[in-house]
Amino acid sequence: MISTIGWIIIWVGVLFDLLGAIGLIRFPDVYNRLQASTKCVTLGTLGIMIGIFLIKGFTPMGIKALICGAVLLLTSPVAAHALMKGSLHFGTKMWKGTIMDQYGKDKLGGEQIEQEAK
Amino acid sequence: MSVLVSILAVGGFLCLFRIYQGPSISDRAVGVDIMGILFVGITGLSALFYDLPYLMDLSISLALFSFIGTIALAKYLEKRSLDD
Amino acid sequence: MRYVVYFIIAFCFWLILTLSLNLDHLIAGIVVVLIGTIVFGGYFTNKPVKFLQIHRIIWFIIYIPIFLWYMVKANIDVAYRALHPERPIKPGIVKIKTILKTDIAKVFLANSITLTPGTMTCDVDGDYLYIHWIWVQSPEVEQASKIIATHFERFLRRIFE
Repeated sequence: MISTIGWIIIWVGVLFDLLGAIGLIRFPDVYNRLQASTKCVTLGTLGIMIGIFLIKGFTPMGIKALICGAVLLLTSPVAAHALMKGSLHFGTKMWKGTIMDQYGKDKLGGEQIEQEAK
Repeated sequence: MSVLVSILAVGGFLCLFRIYQGPSISDRAVGVDIMGILFVGITGLSALFYDLPYLMDLSISLALFSFIGTIALAKYLEKRSLDD
Repeated sequence: MRYVVYFIIAFCFWLILTLSLNLDHLIAGIVVVLIGTIVFGGYFTNKPVKFLQIHRIIWFIIYIPIFLWYMVKANIDVAYRALHPERPIKPGIVKIKTILKTDIAKVFLANSITLTPGTMTCDVDGDYLYIHWIWVQSPEVEQASKIIATHFERFLRRIFE
């Protein structure tokens, strides 16, 4: 019974991983891509790890799977912040449909929004 | 099982496409980051399928190294030195 | 004091990771954890007593399922936006104000904001956070703070302050 629930959670996690990769292709600029793919891929891989824990129980492998999930949950948002701040300072322009950029106004001296191509 | 790993591999190929095509360096960095987390998932599934507990250790260290690599890339993008 | 607490936490982590009480493993663990304590203990929190207060741990355990629920909601939202043929997005960077004071509480607030619906932290500057929002509902500081941060601050204030 618990093993069946574990397999269902693994399937849901893998599908979310695929959705995150599709979001990486479909969204228009770096910031939206980062947003979609970080969320989906983190939850998907966390789902895989929780599924392994439910199938294996309190064996060494199950406990290590839980630790791996915790490590992912702590590190992947930090990596995303770092990449986002890095690309803001690098000067990557935002998509032209962006409606406001408070950070550029306050810190970088002007909004970093891509202009319509002439 | 092979279906699960195949789906994750398709996700990895989508990331490779983004790394190949991405208009700026930031896009490529995002692709590398996401591909690292997908590989953690593939390693975990292999550990479950072949019943080899030490692959789980590999999965944990892969997550940590992917994090360090992404931080280094972000520092490079921010134009700061690595010991800052 | 903080070195001792760091040593105990790191050694518990080692025990969970190896799952054996073999004498060789214990000695290797003690050596590695000592080196880690000497190098990194100085960066640890100033008030390690906070880890041992029971009400903080209870609030943290209550916080985890609520956080997971918000995360699942966020993923369904993002999946809808990624699969919709017209891509209904209206992105922008807004500024919000937080009432949390300590650094670790701000770290957890930023991580929680990143993993929940449509928002993502760019930078922290004192009491202000810059948020990339995939569907901007309000450009005002107070209104945006109320929508994004309030339901996490309620828990994090009890856990970390």
